[in-house]
Amino acid sequence: MTKTHVTTTINGDTVEYLCDPQETLLDVLRDRLGMTGSKEGCGTGDCGACTVTVDGEIVCSCLMLGAEAEGRTIGTIEGMAEGEMLHPLQRKFLDHAALQCGICTPGILVAARTLLERNPEPSETEVRYWLAGNLCRCTGYDKIVRAVMDAAEEMRGRNHAA
Amino acid sequence: MRYEAPTTLDDAVGLLAAEQGVAKVLAGGTDLLVAIRSGRLEPDLVVDLKRIEEMTTVTPEDGGFRVGAAVPSVRLGQHEGLVAMWPGVVEAAGLIGSTQVQSRATLAGNLCNASPAADSVPAMVAAGAKASIVGPNGRRDVPVEDVPAGPGKLSLEKGEIVASILLPGKPERTGDAYLRFIPRTEMDIAVVGVGAVVTLGTDGTIEAARIVLGAVGPRVVVADKAAQALVGTKGDKAAMEALSQAVSAACTPIDDKRGTREYRIQVAGTLAKRTVAIALERAKG
Repeated sequence: MTKTHVTTTINGDTVEYLCDPQETLLDVLRDRLGMTGSKEGCGTGDCGACTVTVDGEIVCSCLMLGAEAEGRTIGTIEGMAEGEMLHPLQRKFLDHAALQCGICTPGILVAARTLLERNPEPSETEVRYWLAGNLCRCTGYDKIVRAVMDAAEEMRGRNHAA
Repeated sequence: MRYEAPTTLDDAVGLLAAEQGVAKVLAGGTDLLVAIRSGRLEPDLVVDLKRIEEMTTVTPEDGGFRVGAAVPSVRLGQHEGLVAMWPGVVEAAGLIGSTQVQSRATLAGNLCNASPAADSVPAMVAAGAKASIVGPNGRRDVPVEDVPAGPGKLSLEKGEIVASILLPGKPERTGDAYLRFIPRTEMDIAVVGVGAVVTLGTDGTIEAARIVLGAVGPRVVVADKAAQALVGTKGDKAAMEALSQAVSAACTPIDDKRGTREYRIQVAGTLAKRTVAIALERAKG
């Protein structure tokens, strides 16, 4: 089978890979590039565990072919912390115990970061609708929503200070 | 499976027309990828439309807007002109799947997936949208409702692609709306969907109406009698009741896990009244 050669940007780095035509971006990230932060929950775009950003929009990486990433700008959970310094959302998820098994967490963090970049002061309803495509079978969502709201508040304060 | 991402429409048509095996068009991929991964579909060729510039833009045309086949829903909601003109269509597209799915899913893809429950289709049909179909024999424009031939089936010839959707200019004093009923608040498939467009005269009387139903038949239902029940009235209670009854009479739904036949018929009547009420408010401006 002819492999497709792809050059793309992932978390700011230029990355090249060869992939089979039917491989999803999620397959490529996990199995070819060793970036296993993005999870496969359903594989059908329902659960959001594989959420990444593509040109700034959140996307289920299981619903996109690896070949489609040519020339795009991809952001994954691996690009969220700066070295050892966690993103405020990551810290607040720990503070609020907003995860149990953790499978859904990377996807929720990536999705929530995009929300807060666009809307620094979302209402609880806005958070819940934005994250409707991220399923969590452990927490019942309340802790997740509280963690996102708390992170948003902290990030707003920091931006005011700066 | 081969993956091709041509940069011109001619090349895309050529690839599809020349393929001897199963060829599929990839716009957003939110339905196609699921079908391929499940093994339900084993295409020999997938043609990605997203590298063709005219497929990725929304452009003004004849007072309306032409939406390229690869424009994702999220872009529609960000397009001020489109939101102002056809809010019902934009809202219908905004109901398809999650935020993640919105980043990929397209109007043309929703149409060509040919699900009777597709959310954007009743709204587009109510608005009088046309699909611009390009193939080996050139270009033809057809009403959106003529593209699906039945559940999962299209009226397209081999090598043909829905290249864009033309939303026409909106007449004065006209409003549109789309509502769907689902038993949850998000992330579900319509039990019933209703698209409505109403145009008012200067005295506030309804001069014209289009009522289009989804998920209550093998294809969308253009409910002419329901529309006629509104014309000549001001959308008063009696007219709304006549609308509701005509809508229910136009439904030929199936029983499935989302709702029984009787349930869908009743819900459709009620949902139509709510949808028309929103369209009327918008028509008043």
